[in-house]
Amino acid sequence: MIEAIGVKKSFGPRAILRGINLTVESGETLVIIGGSGCGKSTFLKCVIGLHAPDSGTIVVDGLDITKLKTEHEIADYRRRFGYLFQEGALFDSMTVAENICFGLKYLTDIPSSKYRQIASDSLALVGLKDVEDFKPSELSGGMKKRVALARAIAAQPHYILYDEPTTGLDPIMSDVINDLILDLQEKLKVTAIVVTHDMKSAYKIGSRIAMFHEGHVLQVGTPDEIRQSTDAGVRQFVEGLSQGPIKMKLKEFEADEAHDGAQRGKA
Amino acid sequence: MTALMEALFGGFGRMILEASEGLGHFVFLVRSTFLWMIRAKIEWRQTLIQMSRIGVDSLPVTAMTMFFTGMVLALQSGATTKHFFNVPLFVGTVVSFSIVMELGPVLTAVVVSGRAGAAIAAELGTMKVTEQIDALYTLGTDPVRYLVIPRLLAFLLVLPLLTVVSDFTGIIGGLFVARVKYDIPTIVYWHDIIDNLTVKHFVHGFLKTFIFAFLVSMTSCYKGVTTRGGAEGVGKATTQAVVISMVLVLVIDYFATALLNALGIT
Repeated sequence: MIEAIGVKKSFGPRAILRGINLTVESGETLVIIGGSGCGKSTFLKCVIGLHAPDSGTIVVDGLDITKLKTEHEIADYRRRFGYLFQEGALFDSMTVAENICFGLKYLTDIPSSKYRQIASDSLALVGLKDVEDFKPSELSGGMKKRVALARAIAAQPHYILYDEPTTGLDPIMSDVINDLILDLQEKLKVTAIVVTHDMKSAYKIGSRIAMFHEGHVLQVGTPDEIRQSTDAGVRQFVEGLSQGPIKMKLKEFEADEAHDGAQRGKA
Repeated sequence: MTALMEALFGGFGRMILEASEGLGHFVFLVRSTFLWMIRAKIEWRQTLIQMSRIGVDSLPVTAMTMFFTGMVLALQSGATTKHFFNVPLFVGTVVSFSIVMELGPVLTAVVVSGRAGAAIAAELGTMKVTEQIDALYTLGTDPVRYLVIPRLLAFLLVLPLLTVVSDFTGIIGGLFVARVKYDIPTIVYWHDIIDNLTVKHFVHGFLKTFIFAFLVSMTSCYKGVTTRGGAEGVGKATTQAVVISMVLVLVIDYFATALLNALGIT
């Protein structure tokens, strides 16, 4: 189980997370939705320890991320996670097999003689075959996502964090990746957090959906609860409307003025 | 007037703050590099790959640079002594002293920073903006351990060797001009060198290469891993890495020379 309590994170003067309280139950797939810059990816990076929260804490299986000190503790914590980056983040200089097995050397005690088999097995799980010796530059966008997913699951993590898994893919390939995520959930019985803008994807793969807005959690609920939400902000986002309480930046100054106006209204 | 002063001092103040912040981050990177060197296993495979890229691939360009530098030194020193004494004198001495103590270490470091330093900054910068460096963290290793240490070690091992080869090539370039242009016998050229050049002179130049290797590799790695933005950011980081490395090599050369002289290694 992952429990985030009052997580705050700023970059310079910009407050990105302003107190996130969120629980991810074991075995579920929590989808995080929200506009660009609302802190979804930052939260994901806080969970895996790429960013340290300014305040608040994240507890995973009883391990408090803010209290991890030694290399051993940090490695033990990271071993629990697989992370799928938005653009895959495959290492250009390595082959597909080397990419997939990279983490095994650092995260596990598996002998290197078994790496090749693990690479093939992981590729099979994501529906790929005979691409072990290809370089990432020789793969299509969808194949890169699959290889990145194979790399994320190779060390058999308990949790998989997906950062916009369908971004940049055509609708059919997006749905294939959604099916793949569902398939992996069933086969590997892992807990997952998925960050996405894609509502179709969110409804399909999510056990629950959490909507982030301006560094806060606006609502958490099942896909049906989110679909029928009465919250104006949630409704605007899931229906994809430009008009509503969430001011997107058609023109930067208009959004700022609208935001200032809203703040004055609250005051 | 007040606005102008504010803009002037404000800009200057910001520049100082940014430079201080950058220096702080650089020192932090150096500190964590040494800490990782002590507490983790060295990635020797990566180090060997980097040694090949930095050393073997830079060899032709550094050798050619130093060959022509030796040639021009011989040409100039021969012409000058001929002007004063009617015969070209001590060509081998001038060429060897200049190359072994100064030009060999400095020019090799400058050429390698332009070639390998730029490549390091561009590679690490691209890895940074495409989240490959973050991926290293999630896959259980640290970018300093996996990326920075092998490059630093490769530079420390390879730059001194490259400099020795450069020194030799430069001296051969000088010999070529001494023979062809001034008709100085080979034996005289070598005697000019052997009679005057001591091991201390060689050590003087050789020790400086370790300082340059450290400066160029750490600057290039620092600029790479702190790259921000997309393609433009990578370009900027690469340019800055080369410019800062070259300037540092030239500036630190003076202080290193002064220190070595003070220690009697001259």
